[in-house]
Amino acid sequence: MAAACTFQHMTISLTNLTVRLGRGDDTRTVLDNISLSLAAGEQVAIIGPSGAGKTTLLHTLACAIKPASGTLSVHDVTPWTLSKSVLHQLRSRIFLAPQTPPLPPRQRVVNAVLAGRLANISIVESLLSLYKPKNAALAFEALARFRLEDKLWLRCDRLSGGERQRVGLARMMVSTAPFILLDEPVSALDPALGLSALKTIQDEASARNATLVVSLHDVQLARARFARLIGLKAGHVHFDLPATAVDEATLADLYGAEFEEAAGIVKPSLSGAVDLPAEIPTPVSTRCF
Amino acid sequence: MTPKSRLSSMPDPAWHERLISTWLLALAILGCMVVTEFKPWTLLDESSLRATRQFLASFFPPAHDAEFLKLMLVSTWQTIAVATAGVTLALLFAVPLALIATRTLSISRIGHGHVARLPKLMRNMVRGLLIVLRSIPELVWGLLFVRAIGLGDTAGVLAIALTYCGMMGKVFLEIMESQDARTADTLLINGASRSQAFLYATLPSCLPEMVSYTVFRWECAIRSSVILGFVGAGGLGQQMDLSMRMLAGGQVATMLAAFVALVWIADVISKQLRAWLD
Repeated sequence: MAAACTFQHMTISLTNLTVRLGRGDDTRTVLDNISLSLAAGEQVAIIGPSGAGKTTLLHTLACAIKPASGTLSVHDVTPWTLSKSVLHQLRSRIFLAPQTPPLPPRQRVVNAVLAGRLANISIVESLLSLYKPKNAALAFEALARFRLEDKLWLRCDRLSGGERQRVGLARMMVSTAPFILLDEPVSALDPALGLSALKTIQDEASARNATLVVSLHDVQLARARFARLIGLKAGHVHFDLPATAVDEATLADLYGAEFEEAAGIVKPSLSGAVDLPAEIPTPVSTRCF
Repeated sequence: MTPKSRLSSMPDPAWHERLISTWLLALAILGCMVVTEFKPWTLLDESSLRATRQFLASFFPPAHDAEFLKLMLVSTWQTIAVATAGVTLALLFAVPLALIATRTLSISRIGHGHVARLPKLMRNMVRGLLIVLRSIPELVWGLLFVRAIGLGDTAGVLAIALTYCGMMGKVFLEIMESQDARTADTLLINGASRSQAFLYATLPSCLPEMVSYTVFRWECAIRSSVILGFVGAGGLGQQMDLSMRMLAGGQVATMLAAFVALVWIADVISKQLRAWLD
């Protein structure tokens, strides 16, 4: 069990993995027979049209969704066969940032950022830190990497959408996880800020020798910043190629016929910036007033 | 087709249900009135009116001699102390119990949506405990404790603590479950423990509602502690019982004024706390 408890060098592989969401008659297959493998320290971007399963793939890698069939293996360990406590210990070695992190409106930014370190500290320390933030300097530095350090003592409901997104990224900076998963980390940022934020993230991942998986809508940004691109379409791996091998034809095939037309007029990052989280169940019947 | 005739071909689908539920509700209320023999006009009988008038007339002037006021002050303080101690004890147990019973802060739920069997059993047991605690009225707990440990404030504190723990636990549970679960899920997925997710996600979201409900419960506890006084748990209630037995309307009037003042103070405190938290 010693290997399972350290999880230092994260090699991740998926074999014939299928994920279904929803229950009963509402079940739909979101990832269909996917096989992938990620080396320790590798940096990969996932692209693909809205609804392709990018968010679900990231959640599956984070051990937040249990696959219906197939194998997820993290450093030669299959998480869903572990005991509950060891599985939860493994989760603390994987950092997942949702697209716009849900932050409690009344929480201060400093605590929202330091929440990224909860897995590293005891419950007593977490409680004391709420009273007087012990690692305020750490949160300050993390925020400064995203030019947000002035907001340290503000409440989260005073932040704009882009600022909230960067708080989520600062949260990643204070964690020590060797496996980082980011869902659309720069979707609410302007192109310049988005690029610099992505560089910061990648530098941090390299410094930590962490495996980094990022889903992106901005294809050009993905091609510019990542050596390996995975194209996801309708729950299948459409391609898994070095960025240099991904050309306009490959992308047109991934996004459909409208891609070339859209690429000429608007940037693809604007075409579908909102990806609904996969967990929200569709309402069956509701009272209306 | 004109817009009007198109509308008439698609009537409001909720209308029939609303009509039916209104009639059912009216019938239910009527039924309750018949069963309780609710006859408000008996209030206007000559004999009832005379008795009421005599009792109310004896309220004036309210008692205000120094000795009685001093006694009042001590009893009022006793009442507040019983209510505060009771609610504090209830709070100490209600928060952890709600934390155990809430579904949103569940680690075993991550991945497949349903809670594992053992945690589910534990959760239902805590919910059951909360139901038992609040289904027995504080008056009954009070009588029980007066028997067990004798007359006095301790019986009142314990009676309030038990019933209020049940009520507060249930309401805290519902407040927590009505919050956006994703706030806590994000932390749980990244390896935080239940109590850490509670401290860094659930609590900051629910604190104002929990505080204002607790202050409201404190206000209710002041009333409860008065009622418990009637069965021998001390405070204003005991004094009120004595005054009523002696038909001292003036003293009853002064005490009623004290109740109103207490509830008003609780209201002001609640408003201030909410404004401060916002």
